[in-house]
Amino acid sequence: MSDILEIFMSASFWAAAIRIATPLIFGVIGALICERAGVLNLGIEGIFTAGAMAGWMAVWLGAGLWGGVLVAALAGGFFGLIHAVLTVPLGLSQHVSGIGVTLFATSLSYFIYRTALPDVSSPPRIEAFQSLDIPVLSDLPFLGPALFQQTPLTFLALFLVAATAYVLYRTPLGLAIQAVGDNPAAVESQGLSVYGLRIGAIVAGSAIMALGGAFLTMSAFDAFFFGMVNGRGWICIALTVFASWRPGKALLGALLFGAFDAFQVRLQTEVGSFIPGQVFLMMPYILSIAALIVVARRADYPRALLVPYFKGQR
Amino acid sequence: MARPAKDAPVLLRLDGITKRFGALTANDGVCLDLKQGEILALLGENGAGKTTLMNILFGHYVADEGAVLVSRDGGEPAQLEPGSPHAALDARIGMVHQHFTLAENLSVLDNILLGTEKISALKSARTPARSKLEDLMTRSGLTVGLDMRVSQLSVGEKQRVEILKALYRDARVLVLDEPTAVLTPQESDTLFAILKKLAAAGLGIIFISHKLAEVMASSHRIAVLRGGAKVADLPTDACSQRQLAELMVGHEVSETVRDARTPGATLFILTGISAGEGREALYDVDLDLKSGEILGIAGVSGNGQTMLAQVISGLETPVAGEMRLEGSAFSHANARMMIDAGLARIPEDRHRDGIVGAMTVSENLAIETIRKPDCQRFGLLRFTAMRDKAKAMIDAYDIRCQGEDSPARLLSGGNIQKIVLARTLEGEPKVVLAAQPSRGLDVGATSEVYRRLLDARARGAGVLLISEDLDELMRLSDRIAVIHRGHLSAAEPTETLDRGTLGLRMAGHTMEAAE
Repeated sequence: MSDILEIFMSASFWAAAIRIATPLIFGVIGALICERAGVLNLGIEGIFTAGAMAGWMAVWLGAGLWGGVLVAALAGGFFGLIHAVLTVPLGLSQHVSGIGVTLFATSLSYFIYRTALPDVSSPPRIEAFQSLDIPVLSDLPFLGPALFQQTPLTFLALFLVAATAYVLYRTPLGLAIQAVGDNPAAVESQGLSVYGLRIGAIVAGSAIMALGGAFLTMSAFDAFFFGMVNGRGWICIALTVFASWRPGKALLGALLFGAFDAFQVRLQTEVGSFIPGQVFLMMPYILSIAALIVVARRADYPRALLVPYFKGQR
Repeated sequence: MARPAKDAPVLLRLDGITKRFGALTANDGVCLDLKQGEILALLGENGAGKTTLMNILFGHYVADEGAVLVSRDGGEPAQLEPGSPHAALDARIGMVHQHFTLAENLSVLDNILLGTEKISALKSARTPARSKLEDLMTRSGLTVGLDMRVSQLSVGEKQRVEILKALYRDARVLVLDEPTAVLTPQESDTLFAILKKLAAAGLGIIFISHKLAEVMASSHRIAVLRGGAKVADLPTDACSQRQLAELMVGHEVSETVRDARTPGATLFILTGISAGEGREALYDVDLDLKSGEILGIAGVSGNGQTMLAQVISGLETPVAGEMRLEGSAFSHANARMMIDAGLARIPEDRHRDGIVGAMTVSENLAIETIRKPDCQRFGLLRFTAMRDKAKAMIDAYDIRCQGEDSPARLLSGGNIQKIVLARTLEGEPKVVLAAQPSRGLDVGATSEVYRRLLDARARGAGVLLISEDLDELMRLSDRIAVIHRGHLSAAEPTETLDRGTLGLRMAGHTMEAAE
């Protein structure tokens, strides 16, 4: 028992939780923006992969780290645009289009990687983001190593949570996005463009999702592997429901998941000798399903989610 | 009522508007003028093209021919860019749609602000908007809590928000599509009082309606549309209700009359029924229906009528109370047991609950009797027998369709209702449950529904008529009970009731307060 308590007392546990949560924060914020505008984006898993590959490759080709981040966002925006065109003006099934985007983006990323590096046995490495040294805060006892020794992308993710909340609740653009996900007719009758808002939200949301992928290859690791996204995108879709489409709760959900994951790794080393490791790997997923069951039954879905809008149709 | 000055400037002109949807001509060369300070009623049956015309005016549709001209700041009317709600808003036209266009997840204030600010602005200017709105609310009498979430508002309040939206944008022309469809009589009166005040302050107002009484009472001028064309444009004080009805329908209309008759024995009893929870719940409902009578249930939508209909048709199990049909208890019945016991159900939402759209007319007609031997043998459907029966019913009930094999979803609302009537009344049911049976139907289909219900009554069936339309209830029912927030009042003979009393009760005033 005291061993378990010790896990929570260690600064490295909290630092790991935040690190694991970072790509999820990007993903859930991106998914939330799309869904607030009324479009489910199941392209997220592929967009993660595309962001991871594109960002890494840009840096490997010499673009510099922030150049890589930009390239990743552009790649995400590109796949978002495909999804947006299929689901918004054409009004196709958002599920089918999203899965299609995931398959396409994943395969294309692998293809480009393999074509560019046909015969490497171990993935080439880049010089990844290093953790930021913030004066005073990083040097605080316990809190410093627990909270303030992260890479710049983690701070970007936290900034995006605040920025999304501000835009959504305090600006005319945010009101319009909330309205278009609830009742597009309200938006059109007020003279705004339903298609413009939805396409814009999907492209922006997808660009943010891709940063989650970029974090994996440019911050958490320093190379690109096949299958490295490993379901993180799908977790973000679940976390969006868990968060009731609110940025603050989205951050909380991502951190909670990160904490579960960090905890199971440490628990494995404590009691791993008599329970198979896979049980621990399952734990964060089981816990997030449990959390969803508790929260999502009362979830306040955007009313127009999944419903395509056609101008002039009754 | 006070008319606008003769020389009042023209605010809006529709010039020869024609709109076709495939083979259907929804608007056929319609010309219309609206003056400052005028209330114009646009009268017509369903499908006459009223809403299409207003949607063209507001830029939701583009007209195939003709133009919309709007006067800006008192100048000569100039053409409005077609197909752009944005242009219509800029020209200070405000529209209140029949189905409200509000984002339910936002506050009242945010709904009104939506689209009025530059989309790239870094902050919504809520404070100045709030003071402008408070001023508008005091001047117009349209009060509503600005910080309420729209999902918490009543229907009447939502409509006020819609009007405020237009006023906030300094509308000079206000268009309302069927504004009283969802209001109690009292709320309607308040609405028209406010509209008169706004017209006196210089707005031009167009409201769409098919209710003759309110058109007569609250407009300066009436334009009648029929089959997409304008057939009359008259000052209100030169019209009579009868003349308007004939203009609307295109031929003389016969009034459906209920003959006096003594009801028979008690057929169907509810005692102390409670069901559901929340807004649509029922609390301790007592009801008795006699053979050969029509019992009206009056009430504004959303006061428990839906739950009452669900319980009676066996789709919802009550948590307490007892339901008896001809003496046998049916409190835990399912839908099939109720049908077999002789209940005919005309559902409220005929498109969703009345038909299966993808199935054919003949299949839809057979759907409730599918287990009877004339529809199936050894578990196999007898399609020829079903078709023959369908053909006979299509003739008898005048169902206009492309034949018994066409998909039911292609039929108009009136003809879908005729399918429901044919199917449910064919088996000579003992109890007919008719929920909002004429909602959304035109005059012709409505009189057909009335005739069939009165026929059932004459045959000795008990008819339970759930409706929001007081005229309909007063005309058809022998007795009327009022439902409000899940409580049902005792039924009283129609002769002892008047519209005012019923309206007050529908709004929740108790009987003592009404007197």
